[in-house]
Amino acid sequence: MEKRTRADTFIEEISAIPGGEGIRLCIQCGTCTASCPNADRMDHTPSQLIAMARAGMKEEVLSSNAMWHCLSCYLCTVRCPRGIKQTDLMHALECLAVREGLSSGRTRTPAMYRSFNDFVYSLGSLPEFGFMTWFYMLTNPLRAFRMIPVALSLLRHGRLSIKARRLTPEGTNQLKAILDKAESLGGAS
Amino acid sequence: MRYYTYFPGCSSSEGGAKAYGWSTQAVSKVLDIELIELDDWNCCGSTPYSSIEELASFCLSARNLALAEKRGLDLVTPCSSCYVILNRTNSHLKEYPQLKAKVDEALAVGGLEYHGTVRVRHLLDVFVNDIGYDEIRAKVKINLGGLKVAPYYGCQMVRPRPSFDHPENPQSLDKLIASLGGEPVPFPLKSRCCGGSLIISEEALALELIRKIFDSALSNGAECLVTPCPLCQTNLDAYQSRVNHKFKANFNLPVLFFTQLMGVAFGLSDEDLGLKTCIVPAERVLAKYL
Repeated sequence: MEKRTRADTFIEEISAIPGGEGIRLCIQCGTCTASCPNADRMDHTPSQLIAMARAGMKEEVLSSNAMWHCLSCYLCTVRCPRGIKQTDLMHALECLAVREGLSSGRTRTPAMYRSFNDFVYSLGSLPEFGFMTWFYMLTNPLRAFRMIPVALSLLRHGRLSIKARRLTPEGTNQLKAILDKAESLGGAS
Repeated sequence: MRYYTYFPGCSSSEGGAKAYGWSTQAVSKVLDIELIELDDWNCCGSTPYSSIEELASFCLSARNLALAEKRGLDLVTPCSSCYVILNRTNSHLKEYPQLKAKVDEALAVGGLEYHGTVRVRHLLDVFVNDIGYDEIRAKVKINLGGLKVAPYYGCQMVRPRPSFDHPENPQSLDKLIASLGGEPVPFPLKSRCCGGSLIISEEALALELIRKIFDSALSNGAECLVTPCPLCQTNLDAYQSRVNHKFKANFNLPVLFFTQLMGVAFGLSDEDLGLKTCIVPAERVLAKYL
């Protein structure tokens, strides 16, 4: 019988998420890392992260800050000589990190995404002001204070709506039913 | 008259980029385009949803696509993020059958189905390819002669899928500016990232990316920037004072939506274009054309 290693299991988990399957194709050329505008802020570069995942270092990979610094600018994706959907792969790692409760405490990005999604889930649209205020209050009220000048300039120029756009009641219910069903089906894998 | 289904996205409808929505409608009218807003559309979920709730993110897009499919027209959005997310759903549903099965199951709960036939397009693509530069040039009432403009494409309109322009050295916006009489300046960072939504959670790194973009534009003689993306506009315009503060810099570069620049050249009024919503005032560089 073929022996399955810890690394095999982790690679299978990643590969099951659309876009994650590319992890098997990497040749460690480093093009993604060289292209990434944020690689120098990451504790592990994108290509290192792939090598670590293939070595079975699940906890280290999923608790990394690297994928949370991905800007979804897709430069790595268009440059990868192996056609790996690098940005989707980063998203796959983010999803797994959340699922395993390992999303990095050293970056506020997971909390920001969570706040964004909560608003979209309940309203079907994103009220920018409410979302940003909520996120700052949740993570760093001091920063909310520092952002007052930016908020005021947006307000003065008519760009800060307090009121959210609402879907029809039927639309809101329809969307919630669809999203609840998606939740009950587990992830995309 | 050409007809399209219109997906404004949250920013350009009632969010911070309202002026993008206004100027889109005003310029489309001049070009004999009718944009019919999709009824009861929902947020595309943008990067936050696709980062941490992948199945739900595809379902958010799929509801919009299912609603649009009933109309049978191309779905046009002025927002680069909506554009990339809706297209991602389209291509992933074709590529991953097991994902499609789950999305279908979720849609069915809402009484919807999606067959994958909607073509999602960016507004800029419609303007330059369906209408064309010649027709745009023919509508110009005020030639923007002498105005040096940095065409800032950002990321998500040109990447990752092959679309209507080059993923790293796009040209459509350059040619559009030229057809209005303006001068597109060389701009090496034209499709580099502005920091996106990380401006909220990791401001320091985003401000540094924005500073590089301003440096590149300014060193090539730009008087203003134009962009086809609401988030890019907001980051470059609303956070310009934060960049100046952090780097002790002195940037004073207006950042316009490309539709606003077209509107100025078409002789449309300030009310139609919302120029006053620019935080770095645009009147200074546009005064001689208004």
